[in-house]
Amino acid sequence: MDPIYQSLAAIVDTEHVSNRPEELYIYSFDLGTAEPHQPDYVVSPVTTEQIQEIVRLANRENIPVVPLGGGMSLAGLAVPLKGGILLDLKRMDRIIEVNEKARYAVLECGVSQGQLTSYLERHYPHLTHSEPGAPPAATIVGNVVIHGQGDLAQPYGFNSDMVNGLEVVLPTGEACRFGSCALGARWFTNHPLPDVGLFLGWCGATGIITKLSIRLLPAKRIRGVGRFVVDDEELVPEIMYKLTHTQMAEDIIAFSSAIPPFASMLQHFTVNIAADSEKELEMKQEIIWDDTLGEYIKKGDGAYLGFTRNLERPQISKTSDYKKGGGFEYVGSIMPIEKYPECYRKGREISERYNIPYTVTGRCIGAAHSMMFAWTYAFNRADPETINGARSALHETDRLVLELGGVIWKPGAYGQKLVLERLDPNTRELMKKIKGILDPKGIMNPGNWEIP
Amino acid sequence: MALKDFEYGDTIHRCFRCGYCKFPVNWTDVNNCPPYARFRMETYSCGGRLWLARAWLNEQIDWTEHLAEILYSCTTCRNCEIKCPLRFNVDIVNMVVAARSEMVEAGRLPPAVKKFLENIELYGNPYGTGRSSRSAWAEGTATEQYNGHEYLFYVGCAGSYDARARQSAKALAQILQKAGISFGVLGSEENCDGNEVHKLGEKGLFEVLAQDNIARFKKLGVKNIITLSPHAFNAFKNHYPAYGGDFSIFHYTHLLCNLLRTGRIRFSDGIHAKVAYHDPCFLGRWNNEYETPREILRAIPGADLVEMEKNREGALCCGGGGGNFQIDLLGGSENSPARRRVREAHETGATILAVACPKCLIMFEDAVKAEGIEEKLSVLDISEIVAKGCGAEGST
Repeated sequence: MDPIYQSLAAIVDTEHVSNRPEELYIYSFDLGTAEPHQPDYVVSPVTTEQIQEIVRLANRENIPVVPLGGGMSLAGLAVPLKGGILLDLKRMDRIIEVNEKARYAVLECGVSQGQLTSYLERHYPHLTHSEPGAPPAATIVGNVVIHGQGDLAQPYGFNSDMVNGLEVVLPTGEACRFGSCALGARWFTNHPLPDVGLFLGWCGATGIITKLSIRLLPAKRIRGVGRFVVDDEELVPEIMYKLTHTQMAEDIIAFSSAIPPFASMLQHFTVNIAADSEKELEMKQEIIWDDTLGEYIKKGDGAYLGFTRNLERPQISKTSDYKKGGGFEYVGSIMPIEKYPECYRKGREISERYNIPYTVTGRCIGAAHSMMFAWTYAFNRADPETINGARSALHETDRLVLELGGVIWKPGAYGQKLVLERLDPNTRELMKKIKGILDPKGIMNPGNWEIP
Repeated sequence: MALKDFEYGDTIHRCFRCGYCKFPVNWTDVNNCPPYARFRMETYSCGGRLWLARAWLNEQIDWTEHLAEILYSCTTCRNCEIKCPLRFNVDIVNMVVAARSEMVEAGRLPPAVKKFLENIELYGNPYGTGRSSRSAWAEGTATEQYNGHEYLFYVGCAGSYDARARQSAKALAQILQKAGISFGVLGSEENCDGNEVHKLGEKGLFEVLAQDNIARFKKLGVKNIITLSPHAFNAFKNHYPAYGGDFSIFHYTHLLCNLLRTGRIRFSDGIHAKVAYHDPCFLGRWNNEYETPREILRAIPGADLVEMEKNREGALCCGGGGGNFQIDLLGGSENSPARRRVREAHETGATILAVACPKCLIMFEDAVKAEGIEEKLSVLDISEIVAKGCGAEGST
């Protein structure tokens, strides 16, 4: 019997440790175009202490450890590039605390977006969290760790800006807390202790987040989405700017896609609006559609397409079924909003080159401080040629992001390499030192943010 | 068998593994896929199963008993089909069943599945018990052998052989008798309906069973069939017509509801308890029947019908479907679906968990014992509750 397997089974239990071909096969894949790499073991721990023991074992045996949340990054960030122990963290799914008055929730790392949404709707309907466009099985921690954004990004920014505290198992096995919880106080703030922002954006290469305090935000009684369309992409940045000035929207997204054909080359906006009363809703609608966007309608540059009450969870996975193919991946970027027209045009060019119908999306972050701009490429999982085509388009788009002066959001291995090549040398050196101090044996998610 | 020849070879790659299929309708948790709830490994999720089936058919992985158990752990509850947002969702369970058929064709089955099918072939039931004891449940009742009665009461394997399920069969017979319904049973001539055989992918054996049953029913002049089990109801209603079996099929709750509405049975006694109702998959998600059992329960004096958070389309399967009430690939843990479900029922404050399926009855009866809550939560079939309430219990 494999002694590592036996040690892992002793830490967790035999039902939640596997080195059988079926588990190794399934956990070798990302949902996107990343090449599969098999782990040597799959383990599903249920406590921080178990994770600590596993990490200590991995240190002793010099085995890579790859943490996996919902597995929805689509960028191959939890593919075990160098084998090792794949930690499926989804069994750690307790919502530990909701502090209603201080508006935060303390969660274990496996809590899914859907689970928190449902919990708040049932128990705290006046509270919500910034829900990303990812499927509901995506985890809250997984989204925070990649600097995700959600449907409250316009007023509140990145989800990783809403962290009130963390518990992290370090690559050497110690469990550390950050924020007010590190003082034994409640998990209500991540400030004002010295900044040790060492774990967000690192894809688990510096430690495993086991608990998180995330800010909750007011949920208005009425939530809905209004739609607006313009035919000139050059108008998008100024419209976003004007909309953010109103401070009336919860979420502002511009998008364009080749399918359906009648909407192709038009720029659509969805603007989420929330209110506690009909009066408030009417006032906000008037300010947004009449006072702010009315001029575009009058000039014939745009059209109001209506307002729908209730927010439906975006079913982004439908993109995967384009041409009945079962797959898609996108390059996300954080960009200045003024770059929208160029992003759109270049994205269309790349898509046309690879014979993939184009889909581009820009979500406003903060008061037009930046946007998350994404280029999506569908592929047919049963057709290796289309997978290769999508992968090439993604790589070309990674390069485009940097050429346009943006930052690649949650870059995969290829994008990370591009970023590190261009990164300020002193910053690179600091990252290398941090990684070396925290993870002296280099066991944490190797292949990610590795600086030679 | 190559992927290109697989019945769903042009579809099975379309699963993106986005995970919607793990949730109930209200996103409460990711535990509404019974095998995933039990094991919490991606291999046991709906998407994992489809990807593994495709990999096996594509010769990327070899057959192993573990692979087969993963495939056979699916209870065919259809939660995945309800939740999947993609257009091929109607075929998800069909794909699992078709992949099982390939394993049948290849002669590679988990031992428990092989035994289940073997027993049906030999004895007409999955328990491996002789046909002669099929009518033992009816002892002490005046149930008649079918002979041109208005209804055939098809009892099914669980109701005929399982000690607990027999009680529900008996209760139903007593109600029908009290209501003056003309019905008969097949006794030792009854054969397995084949619903589980179909879901286990043994289509050849299913065809034999269907044709045999249809021929027998027709020979006897059967027009109307009452089933105790939603599984048999599903087989007769949805699969038998393809073999010429066009009968009027009623799940027993349909008939009871009608008897209550028309006053042919009346409650003389109430139950004065909180009652949680569990939707059986083959009545609910497979046949879209959610309200009739509830109407019966609401009509019982003193019954306070409470809903579990996961109900109707979002109900968590008991874990017994797809033959798992006997094959038992999901048992042995506090995470077993049946134990999760009885905890959910207990959390409502209910003291009675009402079911309308003998498989659910068996699964939950064991689960309350395993949870140590059998004194606090009684598992009763609706037939048993109604029989007691209308004074049919014990009448023959």
